[in-house]
Amino acid sequence: MLKLESVSKTYTHRGRTVKALDNATLEITKGEFVAVVGPSGSGKSTLLLTLGGMLSPASGRVLVDGQSLYDMDIERRAELRRRKVGFVFQTFNLIPYLTALENVQIPLLLSGIDGRAQQDRASSLLTRLGLADRVDHKPCELSVGQQQRVALARMLANDPAVVLADEPTGNLDPDTSRQIIDFLAEVNAEGRTVVMVTHDMRAAQRAKRILKLVDGAIAPDGKGN
Amino acid sequence: MKLRTIVWREIFERKNQLATSFLAIFLGITAIVAIRNVTFYSQKAVARELDALGANILILPKSATLQDYYSADMQEDNFPEEYVDRLMLSDIQGLDNLSPRLSSPVEVAGRSFTLTGILPMNEFKSKAAWQGAGIFARPENCGTVVKAPLSPEAAKGSLARKRVIETLQPNEVLIGNDVAVATGLNEGDKLAMLGQSFVVTAVLPPTGTVDDSRIFGHLHTVQKLTGKGAVVNAIEVVGCCNAINTGLVQKINKLLPEAKVVTITQVVDTQLKTNRMMTNLSLIFIAIIAIIGGATIANYMYANVFERRREIGTLMALGAGSRAVLSMFLLKAVLLGFTGGLSGYVVGTVLAVVLGPRLANVPVLPMPILLVWALGISIAISFLASFFPARRAARLDPCTALQEN
Repeated sequence: MLKLESVSKTYTHRGRTVKALDNATLEITKGEFVAVVGPSGSGKSTLLLTLGGMLSPASGRVLVDGQSLYDMDIERRAELRRRKVGFVFQTFNLIPYLTALENVQIPLLLSGIDGRAQQDRASSLLTRLGLADRVDHKPCELSVGQQQRVALARMLANDPAVVLADEPTGNLDPDTSRQIIDFLAEVNAEGRTVVMVTHDMRAAQRAKRILKLVDGAIAPDGKGN
Repeated sequence: MKLRTIVWREIFERKNQLATSFLAIFLGITAIVAIRNVTFYSQKAVARELDALGANILILPKSATLQDYYSADMQEDNFPEEYVDRLMLSDIQGLDNLSPRLSSPVEVAGRSFTLTGILPMNEFKSKAAWQGAGIFARPENCGTVVKAPLSPEAAKGSLARKRVIETLQPNEVLIGNDVAVATGLNEGDKLAMLGQSFVVTAVLPPTGTVDDSRIFGHLHTVQKLTGKGAVVNAIEVVGCCNAINTGLVQKINKLLPEAKVVTITQVVDTQLKTNRMMTNLSLIFIAIIAIIGGATIANYMYANVFERRREIGTLMALGAGSRAVLSMFLLKAVLLGFTGGLSGYVVGTVLAVVLGPRLANVPVLPMPILLVWALGISIAISFLASFFPARRAARLDPCTALQEN
């Protein structure tokens, strides 16, 4: 499903070269739930963004269903993201001037789905996440936990095969964190591949496989390896 | 939801930031529309006034003054009628009509009036030397002799307004309104003067000018009766306004160095100056709106793209391509231009209609064609000013945008 072949990525920060990914090779099969852990600056987010077609590596290849992601042009990569990938961010990244319903409609709009179908799909997803009575609320009118649930609904809008979650519980209290991880486990149980970057070891323990990233290199750790 | 929903919501979310850009476009378009609207009706009114005035160039003897002319052109000095031939045979463009005249005081029923000899159109045309040459051969509309109406009723108005009449027999006269009132003469009546009998063929409508006290006869009859010979003491010329602007007076001066050529300068100059000023003002406002409006919009758009980096990155993560991002910003630019242009047109038109009669002393009506111009200018400026910021947004590195907190 997802494959990294000798992927390297370096940044230059204040004149110093930082290795975000160092010859990383990895294969994630369909239906896996993978947690990526590691200290700050170890390259976790870089790995996630590279898998999502958002950050081209300096060397190596990234394959999604056998297709080399960075051999595609930008528009085709965007199209692949629309069809196959759902992103969840630590800071939710909801559009502040749109309602919860409209935020969930965005991926559907970008896929060219008509207005009525967009509304139906977005409503049903928000209902599934317990936000049926918050559809017309803007992000600032929602609690932090509710905002992340809206982000989860948006992530599922196009029914993606792959879910990439960047610190999805980073800004949440323990109870809400547990609910979010429960939900990610639930979507994984539906057959979706989930890759989650996290600092939270309790959340990581819910994954089927844990990858540890140290200085851009993948070190096998925990269960499943 | 459509892409435009996102654009609208964002505009209303950050409406205060957009206000300056909107104001720049709105004020610029308001000024342009108001000026163009008032100018159009002002030019029309001046053109109407000039039309009513008749001649706008006078050819007088060197010693004569405009004062002489306005006091019924009865100056002592005169010049040969042959000057008319010279003008007719010249290649000067922009002569719409020539009216040679010779005036002399005359007593009728114990009252003093002015007997003015004029040359009817049919006599211009009958001169063989003028056929196929001179102003009769020039293109239509400008530099072409004004066509004189044939019916007597229309001829009255024509003489009063255009200074032309198609036919006039040696024993026929037309009398001004004051003459008719003072003498009690009507159309068809006989009039005796200078030892000859005339038939009054028409009583001219009142003009409020010295023409009301004139008796118009055939030029050659007047020349014979006054014993002055083949001379005239004025040639009235109706010249094209544009031709006057491009040196018609100088050309006539060159052709007739022994005569004095004057324009009815106050009217023509005022009109030309007003036209020039209004046109320049419109151009200045278009330049201002293009520079200030464009710079304000470009500045706002760059700031907007910078502020929305994270949002753009999120949209790209959700599958938005460069084209979708570009469209989003350009759609915003078009909406900004459209609302600025439309509101500018409405307010500019209201200002023109309300203030036009007070400032320019002319009634002003709305001009729908200006809406097309207003929208065209405002959308074009907004679109062009937003293009580079929008392209920057479309080329934004989504990863960098997402990682910036």
